[in-house]
Amino acid sequence: MKILVCVKRVPAPGSKINVTPDGRGVDAANLGYTMSPHEECAVEAAAQLIEQHGGEATVLTLGAPEAVEQVRYGVSVGAQRAVLLATTDDDWDPQRTAQAIASAIDELESVDGTFDLILFGNESADSGGFQVGIRVAHALGRPMVNGAKGLSLGDRFANVEREADAGRETYSLPLPAVVGIKEGINLPRYPTMKGRLASKKVEISTMQASGEIGGLAKITLRQPPERKSETIVLGNGPEAASAVVDILEELGVL
Amino acid sequence: MPAVTLVIIEHDRGAISPATFEALTAARSLGADIQALTIGAAADRLAAELAPYGVNIVHQVHDDVLSDYGPEAWGEVVAQAVRALSPTFVLAAGTDRGNEVMAQAAARLDLPFSANCIEFRDGDKFEMTRIRWGGSLLEDASLTADIKLVTVAHHAVEAAFADAHGPADAIELKVSLDASLGRSIVKGRVEREAGVTLSTSPIVVGGGRGVGSADGFASLEALANELGGVVGCSRAVTNNGWRSHTAQVGQTGTRIAPDVYFACGISGAIQHWVGAMASKNIIAINTDKDANMVTKAGYAVIGDLHQVVPAITEEIRRRRS
Ligand SMILES: Cc1cc2nc3c(=O)[nH]c(=O)nc-3n(C[C@H](O)[C@H](O)[C@H](O)COP(=O)(O)OP(=O)(O)OC[C@H]3O[C@@H](n4cnc5c(N)ncnc54)[C@H](O)[C@@H]3O)c2cc1C
Repeated sequence: MKILVCVKRVPAPGSKINVTPDGRGVDAANLGYTMSPHEECAVEAAAQLIEQHGGEATVLTLGAPEAVEQVRYGVSVGAQRAVLLATTDDDWDPQRTAQAIASAIDELESVDGTFDLILFGNESADSGGFQVGIRVAHALGRPMVNGAKGLSLGDRFANVEREADAGRETYSLPLPAVVGIKEGINLPRYPTMKGRLASKKVEISTMQASGEIGGLAKITLRQPPERKSETIVLGNGPEAASAVVDILEELGVL
Repeated sequence: MPAVTLVIIEHDRGAISPATFEALTAARSLGADIQALTIGAAADRLAAELAPYGVNIVHQVHDDVLSDYGPEAWGEVVAQAVRALSPTFVLAAGTDRGNEVMAQAAARLDLPFSANCIEFRDGDKFEMTRIRWGGSLLEDASLTADIKLVTVAHHAVEAAFADAHGPADAIELKVSLDASLGRSIVKGRVEREAGVTLSTSPIVVGGGRGVGSADGFASLEALANELGGVVGCSRAVTNNGWRSHTAQVGQTGTRIAPDVYFACGISGAIQHWVGAMASKNIIAINTDKDANMVTKAGYAVIGDLHQVVPAITEEIRRRRS
């Protein structure tokens, strides 16, 4: 079993997402970085499948050289190999990103054979384009289902479950296949000592990302209008309970 | 020929998704002739339901492959419909399915696609405002293509009938689908049990890291039970394994819109806030009077949730007895 997980490095903001003065990016000074939560779960799903079925999981990211931090993290929580598709500019729209990832996969597969499964996050946490994984799957001619909340491997099939308004849907995709993972499919593990060591030692295969600029262009980022509210402090400690219940009565929910 | 806006009708075995009516409403802001595309025989006879939104023509597609929803099959249908009808704009709802189908179509047509838009500006360039970070940040963007593929963010527009409308003509649109597209059609389903869910509950009692443990949720459950509500939580809680992810409120969890949201021991990180901000009233319970959740909430109690929450439950019981 060979699994590839594609992850994205995103800022980890706290109470507010600040925009840089030029409006082109998130002001990440003082912020840490992380991989998108959906992708953390994708890495965990890959690690679990490798534990069950044997084989090898590779984590790939397209991004600035600093994004090695995220692929190393992937290795610390169960992946064996790491690939950085290095970028030198910031204009990575969804079409360009998908093109670069698809051709990198072609290259990786021509050396080491086909990935039985390629996993993405359902959507990236920061740009929320909802399309890179799907475009890559189409370029490779492989079946793809997004939003997976369940994933298991049958004989030459990937069984996918996802949530819809009416309940759970199941899909059965012939391998090789591509699946977009949603947070909640599993509980990602924390790095172990052994994992941390492996992530320090792993050799990062670095490739240059290349693709043509697509038709969706960012002009500027901005804050949504803020909902101003004056907070009414009902009191301190348990003595405030009576004031809380007064409010509940006022709101008519009792 | 006037410009055409083609709206993809998302439906589950014939039932139109609520977000699709919002997309239809947003479609009218583009000023083109509005036509709809329905996929699968289960969606025939929707014309009368679509006409009040200003739809003039409903293109109905049937094929044996389309026995149920399938992202690749639906995306291929949209791609073929776009080639046949040459619309200027193609819209769908910004839902899991809507975004997925549009991305499939975009890949097949080699066109750009802009997901989760809340506003369009058609001038020299076609520009839009779209949501990022689940709504915590807005992006103004431009889409350069002869055919513009976009989805409309759920809840960005309120669904409304057109001021004036005629009937919608249903016509069949022929497509040719390869049987191999059946590989990603829905194979089976487990229907959800009816009942109050996190997204529809009028009362949500949410707990964060401040709850401290899985057992700590007992007092939140008691309060939720007393009020006929459900328990929610932050990602810190699901990450610790204290509650299942189905209870998580936020960007990568569930959007809630209750009458009252009790946010207990939750700091109010932006990714949590976007899932909770549609709540009509928020009561924050936190030891930190400067926590973001406290300053954003309408009401707050400063104190230890382990004392405050049981006291509220007790007070409700006292007044009821
Ligand atoms: C891309 C991305 C997506 C994310 N998606 C989500 C999401 O969907 N949902 C989500 O919730 N988070 C999400 N997060 C995580 C988010 O950034 C925060 O880390 C998380 O919401 C914090 O949870 P918390 O408020 O419970 O914990 P903390 O931030 O640690 O806050 C705990 C709070 O409890 C208070 N407290 C402590 N003890 C007590 C006590 N005894 N009584 C009363 N108050 C007490 C503290 O004062 C503090 O305010 C996401 C993060 C990223 C990067």
